[in-house]
Amino acid sequence: MVHSDLNKNVGDKENIMPINFIHPEYEVIRDFNKCIKCRVCERQCSNEVHKLDPDHNIMTADDSKCVCCHRCVSVCPTKALKIVKSDHTFKTNSNWMPETITEIYRQAESGGVLLSSMGNPKPFPVYWDKILINASQVTNPSIDPLREPMETKTFLGAKPNKIERDKDGRLINNLPPQLELTLPIMFSAMSYGSISYNAHESLARAARELGIYYNTGEGGLHEDFYQYGANTIVQVASGRFGVHKGYLDAAAAVEIKMGQGAKPGIGGHLPGTKIGSDISKTRMIPEGTDAISPAPHHDIYSIEDLRQLVYSLKEATEYKKPVIVKIAAVHNVAAIASGIARSGADIISIDGFRGGTGAAPTRIRDNVGIPIELALASVDERLRAEGIRGNVSLVIGGSVRSSTDVVKAIALGADAVYIGTAALIALGCHLCRSCHTGLCNWGIATQKAELVKRLNPEVGYTRLVNLITAWRHEITELMGCMGINSIEALKGNRLMLRGIGLNEKELEILGIKHAGE
Amino acid sequence: MFREGENENRIPSGCAISGIFSKKGERISGESIIKSISVMHDRSNGLGGGFAGYGIYPEYKDFYALHIFYDTQAAKDECEKYLERCFEIVNLSKIPIKKTRKITNEPLIWRYFVYPLPVRLADSHLDEDEYVVRRVIKINSEIKGAYVFSSGKNMGVFKAVGFPEDVGEFYRLAEYEGYSWTAHGRYPTNTPGWWGGAHPFAMLDYSIVHNGEISSYDANRRYIEMFGYKCTLLTDTEAITYIFDYLVRRMGLTIEEAASVVAAPFWSTINKKEPQEAERLKYLRNIFSSLLITGPFSILLGYTGGIMALNDRLKLRSMVVGERGDRVYMASEEAAIRVIEPDLDRIYAPKGGQPVIVKLNDDVKI
Repeated sequence: MVHSDLNKNVGDKENIMPINFIHPEYEVIRDFNKCIKCRVCERQCSNEVHKLDPDHNIMTADDSKCVCCHRCVSVCPTKALKIVKSDHTFKTNSNWMPETITEIYRQAESGGVLLSSMGNPKPFPVYWDKILINASQVTNPSIDPLREPMETKTFLGAKPNKIERDKDGRLINNLPPQLELTLPIMFSAMSYGSISYNAHESLARAARELGIYYNTGEGGLHEDFYQYGANTIVQVASGRFGVHKGYLDAAAAVEIKMGQGAKPGIGGHLPGTKIGSDISKTRMIPEGTDAISPAPHHDIYSIEDLRQLVYSLKEATEYKKPVIVKIAAVHNVAAIASGIARSGADIISIDGFRGGTGAAPTRIRDNVGIPIELALASVDERLRAEGIRGNVSLVIGGSVRSSTDVVKAIALGADAVYIGTAALIALGCHLCRSCHTGLCNWGIATQKAELVKRLNPEVGYTRLVNLITAWRHEITELMGCMGINSIEALKGNRLMLRGIGLNEKELEILGIKHAGE
Repeated sequence: MFREGENENRIPSGCAISGIFSKKGERISGESIIKSISVMHDRSNGLGGGFAGYGIYPEYKDFYALHIFYDTQAAKDECEKYLERCFEIVNLSKIPIKKTRKITNEPLIWRYFVYPLPVRLADSHLDEDEYVVRRVIKINSEIKGAYVFSSGKNMGVFKAVGFPEDVGEFYRLAEYEGYSWTAHGRYPTNTPGWWGGAHPFAMLDYSIVHNGEISSYDANRRYIEMFGYKCTLLTDTEAITYIFDYLVRRMGLTIEEAASVVAAPFWSTINKKEPQEAERLKYLRNIFSSLLITGPFSILLGYTGGIMALNDRLKLRSMVVGERGDRVYMASEEAAIRVIEPDLDRIYAPKGGQPVIVKLNDDVKI
């Protein structure tokens, strides 16, 4: 049994001890001078927070149901609403924090595992924010991206370690299959099921327009989206949902999902309530059944088994598509990546512990795995030390939030990044972290038709294109500052980075110097 | 002595470069190149000058000429013991110098003509060049106070802390003759005062003189170090030297192909090429993407039988090429060419990323 971390007002149930009452974390503040009782908040809130009290002709709000998604705030025509964090408090205690106490109440009541969504919100260090970028002065001119070409084209895939020539001495193209991106950003795996049809359509269309790729996640590929196959990475995960020949053939690349940053070491669970007819068809499972992805792949118990799956997929796709292996950033990630780089994979993708999720056990999300910055730095360094960095490309994700995070990731050694949460925010996500309820007011993490239609794919795709276009501008500005006019000259260029406020060990792992050095 | 790279400080620098090449293989005295580089006195600041001459050791042309700096007698003893274990030494001597007041604090400067001990070479399963490269890297990274700064056949590098014209005089280069010369005057932005940091940098017979500061340095360095090179000096030029050694000698690219890796055409240019040529350029840019060099540079790459001048893709450093008869001149400034050959058939500034490659005529034997 699981227990949602949604606030649940149980105080009015007579048979339950009042100890279980949890004061709402957020409060809806309504300016009654502005409220015109149009009731749009009531109609728009899938959590049923707002209600008209007919006796007093006044709008009321049940704070305990509010997830702080800002839907009502955004649609209110008179701007009469705001959400504030409650100042209700427990007696101050630096050890027993309010969150800890209320979680114990919940578990004492339900006996269940705490569930959460989206990335780890805990105050762990964000290394991106402790890294600074260089700029040229005097000895080396900065470059104006408005005047000079600024190149961001990126190829992903294994590189041959020798060249070959035909009998006339011409170079033979002996490249294994590659992905070609106009800039080193892709949309990370989010399944149809965890997010809506309209969200998928927005991602797919944006990927095509931008010349990049989106990723199906492990929910199969809806037949309507086969047309975007050239910009699609399909995932093969432990549940093998929706995997068949046509699915593999449709894609530009195949990703084997071994792990996810938000929940390393465990599988996934899409509740039966979300498995409607379309999703059942796409996932190839009966309607209404829970879609459970096991923790491990049942045919992969070690690296040699992974190799077999890599080559099975290559055989199935006639060696025409790169195979990506996605892992979560865990303690010995460098050794794992080194093994994968020798197992036939063309691309390794690593997901850090701040990566998003549609649903994960809270304890795992918040305590398992390591930051992607450290994982990336150690994997890149390890692969270079072993002389096999050219065997694979490295894609990282797990909270890449801005163009500067992208630049820092590339300079640390990534070939490209995956963005998930940032893409959803572009689509309207307000990070209320309630995806697991399936009641997403923004039409993203829901399968309810009346909610899904709130996300217009035409608008959604435009916003994604805007976001990436804006980031591209910023990336080229930053490159120009550094006197770099092609993204490949930034890759692994760690001298362009300096740490700030980091200790020696952190600097050593990141392979960068401290600011001022 | 403060050695570059030793405290992990990277030294950016501006510079002057010059080169002379005779396509007929005529032997040119070192005097001309000294005269040429001296015109650009203001482009260096006295903290490094150097020369590379090709065809200067015809009597020892089948042997690797190792030029080595030693800080101490102990370093020399240790290094020579190592050399004796790896090589047959057919000749060793101090490199002749002329003491001047302008060049001071010189280390011990020795020259050895060697070839790999046949048994050791056979045991190593390496080809001769690779065998030598590994020994050179080992000495430079492991024997404290010893630094091999030249290791090719029938060529030699001469460099020091000082203005280039004084360095030329110090090494008595007027007494050497070669079909190809390059020279360098250095303007480092701090004061390392270490002789090994002067240009040219050389590995086997590839030598580089370089004006510029590359912004891709650490990307290039971290990539090239995967293949056994150690960029111990943390200077751009050292990395560029290894890149050419790797691309040409180890990967088997032509000099032209290597140039289109390090100064790759822009994608917009590639897209305009014929499909076959576009595919070739795209292939090279893709597989050697980490060896693209960005930021300002003009370089002269000397090698046996040829010379290449190359600018960065945006031409952020000056360089001109002049021709007269079988002679080709390349320099940071036109004045440096005119001073030795006022009457040129042609003079032009190559475009950014456009390699100018000059080779000995086919019938010439060195």
